[in-house]
Amino acid sequence: MSAATIFGLCAAAAIGLGLYGLITNPQPLRKILAFNLLGSGVFLIFGVVARRGAASGFGGDPVPQALVITGIVVAFSATALAVALLLRLFQATGSATLRADASPSPGTDPDAA
Amino acid sequence: MTIASALEVVLAAVVLGLAVWTIAARDTFSAVAGFVAYGLLLALVWVRLDAVDVALTEAAISGGLGGVLLLGAAARLRTSETPTSAERPGGMLRLEAALLSAAVAAALAAAVLFLPDPAPTLAPAAAEGAAATGLGNPVTNVLMAFRAMDTLLEKIVLLLALVGVWSLAPDPFWGGRPGMRHYADPQGVLAFLARLLPPVGIVVGIYLLWVSADHPGGAFQGGTILAAMWLLVMMAGLEDAPPVSRRWLRLLLTVGPVVFLIVGLGGLWLAGAFLAYPPGYAKPLIVAIELAMILTIAVTLGLLMAGAPERSVEQ
Repeated sequence: MSAATIFGLCAAAAIGLGLYGLITNPQPLRKILAFNLLGSGVFLIFGVVARRGAASGFGGDPVPQALVITGIVVAFSATALAVALLLRLFQATGSATLRADASPSPGTDPDAA
Repeated sequence: MTIASALEVVLAAVVLGLAVWTIAARDTFSAVAGFVAYGLLLALVWVRLDAVDVALTEAAISGGLGGVLLLGAAARLRTSETPTSAERPGGMLRLEAALLSAAVAAALAAAVLFLPDPAPTLAPAAAEGAAATGLGNPVTNVLMAFRAMDTLLEKIVLLLALVGVWSLAPDPFWGGRPGMRHYADPQGVLAFLARLLPPVGIVVGIYLLWVSADHPGGAFQGGTILAAMWLLVMMAGLEDAPPVSRRWLRLLLTVGPVVFLIVGLGGLWLAGAFLAYPPGYAKPLIVAIELAMILTIAVTLGLLMAGAPERSVEQ
């Protein structure tokens, strides 16, 4: 079994783990974490495909590699936005629950002051 | 293709162990710490896959900025952790989720095992086009020339994310300073590092940009290091975060995409296609775009990390 295949199987497992964490963990920050894990697995599969496409003296196909770099940047900006939304939710309601029936407790919202 | 060595098997096992830890750990803070370690080891995996450009990005984002962002959020959300984790779904749903996740993972594993051989590749096409730009790094060629549209849109996504973060500001602090004011012991280790490291970091950041023509690196990797240096100075309390309504800040945030768009539209006129470079001028134009871009990336990443405005301009 080649190194690329080993890492490909590792990526498949990371995607499965990320999906499980995304569904079952009730804390929003843990969901963000799980979604990042899932995404990193997808990127790694891209890397395996790139490695297998090594030709013309390159160690890998540069096109999927460049796409992964773009993907990592976009994933980071989405994560930063999600974290900012979560912190604002916490600031406004004093809790970080995603339950629809959650009653807002008196938080530390500067808007209300 | 080589046979996997013991190193690769051990590396994959440790990476998987950290992934399990990230999902299963009880305490959010330790789960995030596990994820940071996972990101750093994943960068090693990328090196083993001969993708050093990706490895630099992965280390800078997952191990560096992303780690700081998530650790900071975990620390601020600590008090909400116990009540929220009580909302854990029942055993039936967990079992169904486990079955679904296992099925997805198994399908992907099968897809990896039965990938077509010989693998399809665009490497020969990238090698053929390299002469037109005069750059030796094929990944930079793809990012800045062959698929420049992706890179342009990626920078716009970064800006949109920042607009989204800023729009979360409470009304009284609209246009104010992001995040909380950091205070640190002026004689402490953090303040000492914040004085010592930035000159080195700035040189390394610009170096990564400059060598990306022929070696691994790039505007994004370099910009991340510049952003990290700025954050270090802010966290040590040596310099406060600027109010987001400052004009120079807005100018720095847009200079990269604007230069990129001007060059792209100029290509329409001089080279016959949007984002095409006139023959012989490809390299200087790419360097000009990347120089403008590294400033924009550094400022955007720094402000994304600082978060939504939480203080008025005077505070």
